[in-house]
Amino acid sequence: MGGTLFKNFSFFSATLSFFILVGIFAVLFNYAQEALQEFGINFLYGETWEVDEEDEGGIFGGWIPIVGTLLSTLIAMVIAIPLAMGIAIFLTEIAHEKLVKPVSIAIELLAAIPSIIYGMWGLFYFAPIVQSTVGGDGVGLLTAGIVLAIMIIPFMAAITRDAMNTVPPVLKESAYAMGATTFEVVKDVVMPYAKGGIIGSIILALGRALGETMAVAFLIGSVMSIPSRITDPTTSIPVLLANNFAEAQDLEISAMYYLALILFVVSFALISLAKFYFFRKTV
Amino acid sequence: MTTDTMIMEVKDFSFTYAGASSPSLKKINLPIEKNKITALIGPSGCGKSTLLRSMNRIHDLYPGNHYEGEIRLYDGDGKGGNILEIKKENDFIKLRQDVGMIFQKPTPFPMSIYDNVAYGLKLAGIKDKSEIQGRVEKALQDAAIWGETKDRLKESAMGLSGGQQQRLCIARAVALKPDVLLFDEPTSALDPISTGAIEELIAELKKDVSIVIVTHNMQQASRLSNYTAFMYLGDLIEYGKTDKIFLNPSVKLTEDYITGRFG
Repeated sequence: MGGTLFKNFSFFSATLSFFILVGIFAVLFNYAQEALQEFGINFLYGETWEVDEEDEGGIFGGWIPIVGTLLSTLIAMVIAIPLAMGIAIFLTEIAHEKLVKPVSIAIELLAAIPSIIYGMWGLFYFAPIVQSTVGGDGVGLLTAGIVLAIMIIPFMAAITRDAMNTVPPVLKESAYAMGATTFEVVKDVVMPYAKGGIIGSIILALGRALGETMAVAFLIGSVMSIPSRITDPTTSIPVLLANNFAEAQDLEISAMYYLALILFVVSFALISLAKFYFFRKTV
Repeated sequence: MTTDTMIMEVKDFSFTYAGASSPSLKKINLPIEKNKITALIGPSGCGKSTLLRSMNRIHDLYPGNHYEGEIRLYDGDGKGGNILEIKKENDFIKLRQDVGMIFQKPTPFPMSIYDNVAYGLKLAGIKDKSEIQGRVEKALQDAAIWGETKDRLKESAMGLSGGQQQRLCIARAVALKPDVLLFDEPTSALDPISTGAIEELIAELKKDVSIVIVTHNMQQASRLSNYTAFMYLGDLIEYGKTDKIFLNPSVKLTEDYITGRFG
């Protein structure tokens, strides 16, 4: 009796998550219908986002937020990957035992800071620094990308460190015993052995960077324009959605669902890829 | 006994692990004879693995350990440097190419069978592809695993059986043409048939290389080795020809251990 109840409950819980996933997709797809029919695939390339006040329609295209999202994420990844790898390698292969714990705790705490705090810090403290050293308006792609990188580094470093910690010590010893240096052990043994976990951490961090709203909303400038320089302000999908939702009506709402659908599909594809790497046996 | 017949010599050697208050090895004196097999035996915790791991200074991967005394590694002219004085990374690399090590569990690297053996050669700075290829093939033959692997050299080494992996690890070490090979209980994770194959291989290898083997298996020590050192609680109790140690030990403690009264 208790067993059946328990089985049913866990079955219910397991299927619930699946239905929520499918449900969200269905809702996005359904609400995006109007925009899908109006703009079709051209929505992806459209650079205008204009509401026609009279008939509550307008012309909407996702190109700028899509580009903004991809570029800010790209900047974040380019900065974050080498630094996160460096942190993980330092913690697992180089740091003295006494240093490992405090650094690990600091990294885990950094990962726990709410994104709005990163946003405020970025806007009031970091953006002026970017403005005075690199140029531009302070807010823009570069500032958003760098702060995004700072946000995802702890997360990426922690997962990579865990993956590198799974490398058996005796395997590393046997590479050292053949005359390998620490650099060679990391490059030839640790990285290949932990490859699955490392790639997984990168893709999960990528998913997080793509969907980050609050910090980027503070920092990217929220302007509907294609950036011509790296410091130029632009916008991203989550930022545009968060900024416009309150006042939007009819076709604009549908266009925003279309954007959300694009973000959903991209994120979903990336997470699936991460799963694929996590569960694939390493070499 | 002269330095002519020795490849290594342990002199008044003491070793203390990081943070330990008393030494794990106390004033050990032990010759390692050239082209012979020397077995280190003794109950768990006697320090035999600690001594073995001092001979290529693999202990140095973990900070804070303390050495005293000398471990000399002799070259062809009977000149011997004290390996405990090594400080530079390049000298460590040279030491570990001269003194190879095989571990308890097979440790194939996450790469192909061929690359596993070629890896040490590449680390040693050999760039000539045909030389690497020749030495890989020779090493695999020397380690008696060429027949099983010659058609699958590009496949991952992880796909080999435990016994094959261990022979691959031996091939990997042999490829570097070391003077000494250290075996740390090389068959403790293997089945009897694989164990037999590894033992045959070790006996064969002593033509070219001097061997030190740590083993828990008394039969293995008596079958395989020329010299045996019995250790107990960080002391070297008795050292001599294997026949002598097993048939007519001088020390009561050695006899008790060999006859299975403790251990």
